[in-house]
Amino acid sequence: MGGTTGKNINVTVKVWRQRNKNEKGSFETHDMKGVSTDMSFLEMFDVLNERLITEGKDPVAFDHDCREGICGMCSMYINGRPHGPKNAVTTCQLHMRSFNDGDTIVVEPWRSAAFPVVKDLVVDRAAFDRVIAAGGFVSVNTGNAKDANNILIPKPEADEAFNAAACIGCGACVAACKNGSAMLFVSAKVSQLALLPQGKIEAEKRVLDMVHQMDVEGFGNCTNTGACEAECPKSISLENIARMNREYVFASANEKK
Amino acid sequence: MSNAGFLKSSIGKKVIMGATGLFLITFLMVHCFINMLIFFQDGGETFNKGAEFMGTNWLIRAMEIVLFVGIILHIVQALVLTLENRKARPVPYEKINGAANSSWYSRSMGLLGTLILMFLIIHLKHFWVVSRFTDHIAHNEYEKLPGQETLFKEMMEVFENPMVVLVYVLAMISLTYHLLHGFQSAFQTFGLNHRKYTPIIKKTGIAFSIIICTLFASMPIAMHFGFVK
Amino acid sequence: MASSKKLNSNIPEGQLELKWTTYRSTVHLVNPANKRSLEVLIIGSGLAGASAAATLAEMGYKVKVFCFQDSPRRAHSIAAQGGVNAAKNYQNDGDSVYRLFYDTIKGGDYRAREANVHRLAEVSGNIIDQCVAQGVPFAREYGGLLSNRSFGGTQVQRTFYAAGQTGQQLLLGAYSALQRQVGMGAVKLLARHEMLDIVNIDGKCRGIIARDLVSGKLERHFGHAVLLCTGGYGNVFFLSTNAMGSNVTAAWKAHKKGAFFGNPCYTQIHPTCIPVSGDHQSKLTLMSESLRNDGRIWVPKSKEHAQAIASGKMNPNDLKEDDRDYYLERRYPAFGNLVPRDVASRAAKERCDAGFGVNATGQAVYLDFAFNMKYKYGKTEATKKGIENPTEEQLTEFGQAVIKEKYGNLFDMYAQITGVDPYKNPMMIYPAVHYTMGGLWVDYHLMTTVPGLYALGEANFSDHGANRLGASALMQGLADGYFVIPYTIGEYLSEEIRTKAIPTDNEAFVKAEQDVNDRLNKFLNIKGTKSVDHFHKRLGHVMWDKCGMARNAEGLKWAIEEIKKIRSEFWSDVRVPGTANEFNPELEKAGRVADFIELGELMCMDALHRNESCGGHFREEYQTEEGEAKRDDDKFAYVAAWEYKGESNFELHKEELKFDNIKIAQRSYK
Repeated sequence: MGGTTGKNINVTVKVWRQRNKNEKGSFETHDMKGVSTDMSFLEMFDVLNERLITEGKDPVAFDHDCREGICGMCSMYINGRPHGPKNAVTTCQLHMRSFNDGDTIVVEPWRSAAFPVVKDLVVDRAAFDRVIAAGGFVSVNTGNAKDANNILIPKPEADEAFNAAACIGCGACVAACKNGSAMLFVSAKVSQLALLPQGKIEAEKRVLDMVHQMDVEGFGNCTNTGACEAECPKSISLENIARMNREYVFASANEKK
Repeated sequence: MSNAGFLKSSIGKKVIMGATGLFLITFLMVHCFINMLIFFQDGGETFNKGAEFMGTNWLIRAMEIVLFVGIILHIVQALVLTLENRKARPVPYEKINGAANSSWYSRSMGLLGTLILMFLIIHLKHFWVVSRFTDHIAHNEYEKLPGQETLFKEMMEVFENPMVVLVYVLAMISLTYHLLHGFQSAFQTFGLNHRKYTPIIKKTGIAFSIIICTLFASMPIAMHFGFVK
Repeated sequence: MASSKKLNSNIPEGQLELKWTTYRSTVHLVNPANKRSLEVLIIGSGLAGASAAATLAEMGYKVKVFCFQDSPRRAHSIAAQGGVNAAKNYQNDGDSVYRLFYDTIKGGDYRAREANVHRLAEVSGNIIDQCVAQGVPFAREYGGLLSNRSFGGTQVQRTFYAAGQTGQQLLLGAYSALQRQVGMGAVKLLARHEMLDIVNIDGKCRGIIARDLVSGKLERHFGHAVLLCTGGYGNVFFLSTNAMGSNVTAAWKAHKKGAFFGNPCYTQIHPTCIPVSGDHQSKLTLMSESLRNDGRIWVPKSKEHAQAIASGKMNPNDLKEDDRDYYLERRYPAFGNLVPRDVASRAAKERCDAGFGVNATGQAVYLDFAFNMKYKYGKTEATKKGIENPTEEQLTEFGQAVIKEKYGNLFDMYAQITGVDPYKNPMMIYPAVHYTMGGLWVDYHLMTTVPGLYALGEANFSDHGANRLGASALMQGLADGYFVIPYTIGEYLSEEIRTKAIPTDNEAFVKAEQDVNDRLNKFLNIKGTKSVDHFHKRLGHVMWDKCGMARNAEGLKWAIEEIKKIRSEFWSDVRVPGTANEFNPELEKAGRVADFIELGELMCMDALHRNESCGGHFREEYQTEEGEAKRDDDKFAYVAAWEYKGESNFELHKEELKFDNIKIAQRSYK
C-alpha cells in the first residue's frame, strides 16, 4: 500500500528548443536516468532543469502553474498527443508511471499560427482571451443582480452548462486538431451561456462576435474529426460544437444589419 | 462589430461543405437507383429507358447543372479550407499520433476526395461525355443508328477491361470511407448532435456508405464477369 | 492595551449591523467625468483582482490589470474546489448574517476584526446573486433551486458549489466580466507581467515597476491607486497546495516600502491533502474539505497494526471496526469529522507523531468512504429501488454510484496522482500548507498603511483571524472585489480628482526602476553553484519543521538563525542562468525566493512573539491538558502589524481587537 510503486526507469527526452518567437528552433535530446515512476511528468522536467542549471546550460522553459490540472497553463505535446498518452488529464497530472523503461519521449509546444512560440515549450494563447473578450460573458454590471433563486434552472440544463464550463482554456483542442481549429474552446463558452437563461438574452450577438473573433485570430476550420473531444483534458463534448453551429446559423439568419 | 458575412465565416464554409455533401449524397441515391436497373437481366432494356428519361427530362437536365455547381462548390470550398487549415499550423509537428484521437479517414477527407475526383473525371469521360457530346449513344436497341450503341452496351464494353473494373472498385472504397465520415459529419455541422439521435444517425451513415458503395462496385464487377445479361 | 498610533483601522462608528450600510450611504463619491481620468492599477487577476477590475471599470475608472500568468484566467483562485459561503438561509436551517459573522469570528479563534467580518457576512448573499447573473453554473436541485452543502466549523448548510470546481467557475465568471471590460477598452490587460516594486511619491502610492516577462523589459506605470490582489504566501514552505507561481513578492515589496505586514505567522494547514510521495515532489494536492462530509478519518488503534499497514503487510480494509480509531469522532463528538481545519490538522499530526501513521513515511491517516458509501448512500439507493435486503455488494455498488456523482473528479484526481483506486481503498491524507490568513495590514477601507495602496483577498490579513473556515476564501475575494473596494476606494479617490497623472520620468519612478534593475543583475551576476529551487527547498524544510503545524520558542529561534544562513548563502551561491532581457523563469523564481526568505524570518519572529496558541498558530508551550490550543486573550487579543525597518529589523505595532458583539470564549467543537 501507500500508492507508491517505487520503480525507477530510464527514458530519453527529445525536446523542442527555441530561444524566442523570431528564431528558428530545433530538437535537443537528454537522457534521464533513474526517474521515479511516482514523479509527475513536470517533476521530471524539474529534475532535467536542475541538471541543466548546474551544468551551466539554459533550462527548458515550459508553462505550468497549479500542477493539479485546473489552471490550464501546462501545455506540452507529448509523443504526438497534447498532454500525453493518457486521456482526460493535463500534462501536470501525467505521471511517469505512464511510460516504460527505455522510452523515447518527444515533447513539442502547441503548434498553431494563433499560438506563437514564446520560448521552448511556452506559447502565447492570448488569442483565447480575445475571443472571450469579444463576447464570452453576460453583460451584467456588478450590483444589478436579482436574488439568485429568482430564476429557476432545470438541473439537467444547469449540469450541461457546467460540463461546458469545465473548459480550462489550455488549448489542447487546437493542438490536437489537424486543422488547428478552436471550435471546441469557443463552443464550450457559447454553449455554457446559451444554455442558461441569464445568457440567452444576448446569445445571438455572442455567437456571431465570438466566431468572428475566432476566425480573425487565424485558427483553422473544423472538419469534425473529433480529435479535440478525444484529447480534451476535461472531456468537453462535441455536442457543444454542434450547438454553436446551430446557434450561429440561426443568429446569422436573424441578424439585423 | 459583427460577422463579415455568414459564407465567409468558418462555420459558414463548413455549412456549405455539409450542404453540398448531403446534396451529393441524394444524387448518389438517385444515380444508384437508376443504375440498379441493369440487374433486370433484360439486356438493358429497362436501364436504357431509365437512362433515356434521365437524359431527356428537362427537370433532370436542369438538376444536372445544379449537380455540377454542387460538385464544384464542394471541391472549391474543400480547397479553400485545406489551404486555410495549412496556414493555421505553419510549423508541423515532429511526431503525431492521430490514431489516438480520430479515425484515419476523418483526417484524410482531402486525399479521399481527390481520389474520388480523379475517378469522377475518368467516369465522366467513360459515360457522360460520350452520351452528351457525341452521337455514339442511342436511346434504345431499336432506334440506334449505325455506329451507335445503347448506354447498357457501352457499359458492358467499358467494363470488359479489368483495369477499369479495378479503378472503379478502388474508387468505391475511397467513396465508402469518404462517406463514413462525411455523412455523420454533415449532421454535426448542421448542429444535429443529440445524445439520443446521433448514434442512430451514425449507424445510418455507416449502413448507407457501405450499401451504396457496394452496390455501385457490384455493377462493373457483375458486368465484367458476365453476371448481367 | 491600546492600538499603536500608527494604525488607524478607520472602522465607522455606530452599531455593528449598521456600520456598512451607513458607510455606503455616506461615503464620498467621484463623479463620472472625474472617474475617467482616475487610473487604478490592479496587481493579480484572481477572484479579488478580476472582480475589482471589472467592477471599477464598469464604474468608469481607467484600469490596468497585471498578472504573471499567460492569462488572467489562470490565477490560483481557480483551484479552489469546495465552495463559497453565503448567508442566504435557502435551506431554512437557521442561517443568518449574524450566524455567518459569528462562525467566522469563532472559526478565526477570535483574532479577526468584527466590523470587517460582519461586512463580509452582509455582502455574502450578493456574491451568489452576482455570480448567478453572470452565468456561473452552480449545482442545483431538481426543482431548479440552488443546492448547498455543509463545511467544517459550521452547523448549517450555506456553501454554494459547482461540483468540485467552484473556484474555477467563480473565477471564470469574474474573468468573463473582466474580459468584457477589456473588450470595451475600459481595462488594459498586461498578462505575463510581474510587479517588482511600488512607487511612492510624497507619501502616497503612485505606481509600480513591472517586468514584461516575455521581453524582460522593465516598465513604469502610474496609478492614482494601486490594488494588490496577489494572493497568499503559502509557497514560503516550498511544498504547499498553492500554484507554483504563487508568491509574496508584490506584497513584500509593498511591505518594504511602508505597508505593515499583519499576523504573518497565521498559516492554514489543510487537513486533507495527498501525502508527500518523494523528494522530487514539487507541490501538494488538496482533496476538498467537502470530502469530510462523507469520509471518516481514522488510524489503527494499535501501533502494530499501523506498522503492518505501513509496511504493506496488511490491507487496511481487513482491519476490524473495533481496531480502528476514528479519532476526530472520539475527541469531538459534536462536530466529528467536520471540525475546523486547524483542529483536524493538529489531530492528524498528533496521531502520526504518536506512531500511528499509515504509510511508509508515517505521515498519513485514512479518509475512508466505505461506511457512508454502503450504509448512508447504498441503503438509501436500495430503498429507492425497493430492495429490502440488499447484499453488501449491492450496497457498495449503489453507494459507489452516489459517491461518484458527488466527488467523481476528486476521486479521479486521487487515483491519477497516487495510482491507487480510492473507490476500493481508503484515501490517504495528511495536512499541508494551504492558505495564509496573514497578509498586508489594511484598515476598514482595505487600504494599507501606505495611502493609495490597497490589499484585497488573501493578500490582506483582515477577515479570517487566526484560522479560515472552509469556503470563506472565495467569499472574501469576491466580497472585497465586487462589493467593498468599489465603495471604499471612492473615499480616497474623491480627494485625488485634482491629481494629474504623474509622468513616469519622475525621479521616484526612475529610482525605483534602477533599483529593480540592479537587483535583477545582482541575481544574474552571483553565478554560484546551486539552483534557486535548492534554496527554496531548504527554506521550506525549516519553515515546515519549525513554523508549521506546531511551533515552539526554541525551534523558532533556531529557525531565525538558520534562515539568516540560507539568505547569506543564497546571495553568494545561487545560480541564475540566462539574461534579464529574455523570458527567464529562473530569474523570476530567484526574485520570489529571495523575498520568501525574508518573509520566512518575519513569520518566525511573529510566531515567536505570540506566546499563545490560536487557530493556525499552535505553540506547543501553550496548550490545554487535552492538547487543545490555549489562547491568551488578555495579552494577545491584537493584530500584530510589523513595520519594515531594514534587514532583519521589524517593529511591532499592535491593533487591539475589540469584541463588542460576540462573547469571547474558549473555542470548543466537542
